Amino acid sequence: MPVQYYIFLSIALFCIGIMGVLMRRNAIIIFMCIELMLNAVNLLLVAFSKMWVDAGRIDAASAQLFVFFVMVVAAAEVSVGLAIIVMMYRNTHSVDINILSRLKN
Amino acid sequence: MGIDMIIFTVLSAIAIAAALGVILSKNPVNSVLCMITCFVAIAGHYIMLNAQFLFVVHLIVYTGAIMVLFLFVLMMMNLNADIEPQKRNWLKYAGAISGGALLLVLVAALRDASLPAIQGGGNTEIGLVENLGKTLFTSYVVPFELSSVLFLSAMVGAVVIGKK
Repeated sequence: MPVQYYIFLSIALFCIGIMGVLMRRNAIIIFMCIELMLNAVNLLLVAFSKMWVDAGRIDAASAQLFVFFVMVVAAAEVSVGLAIIVMMYRNTHSVDINILSRLKN
Repeated sequence: MGIDMIIFTVLSAIAIAAALGVILSKNPVNSVLCMITCFVAIAGHYIMLNAQFLFVVHLIVYTGAIMVLFLFVLMMMNLNADIEPQKRNWLKYAGAISGGALLLVLVAALRDASLPAIQGGGNTEIGLVENLGKTLFTSYVVPFELSSVLFLSAMVGAVVIGKK
């Protein structure tokens, strides 16, 4: 199977994530779309590692460990980001990001 | 059309449909559920690509921990009924058009890239825990330990921010 199919799938998921970030104003949905973009990139990394392993050029362990570290960082990021969103909700009683555009008050 | 091609098509269709559901559904809880479906489809792709350990980690960490955390926060805020007011519709169209333009540019740029195909040969045991663990604890010990510090600081940060 050509690796282009995986490239197109990843591009589609990534662009859907970008559209979500630009279109929605709910902070939680925007955060989820960022996760979607991270996953698109992870999928592409795994596909490329499989491609080069089949071609006999590399050992895939390093590539898959890179994806593992991306997941680790994403988990840490989500915990802090959701805490920030909860704090914002406590202060403003809304998760609309337009509230955040005015920083005073 | 081989069996791997059929599985790829089905999983891709599910993933893209669920991703569209995330950004198009009005109810945030539906968005989270669509996101979980999308992640399960991506996990299926991982196992098709001989990344068994990543498949398990993806299911446990993403669908098991992160999305449940999202669901928790969403239900704690009780946003189910409230729909975000859409005053400026042109912003929506601008976002959709710019995302579609990026999609078009990337597909056009990468359509003719000459890369080797995924043949399905190769070493299929490379994604198992044994191989990955050996590599992780020989070549990547320092990043591993650094990520533990990162987790500790993230935990402290989340508690400090949440307690205010």
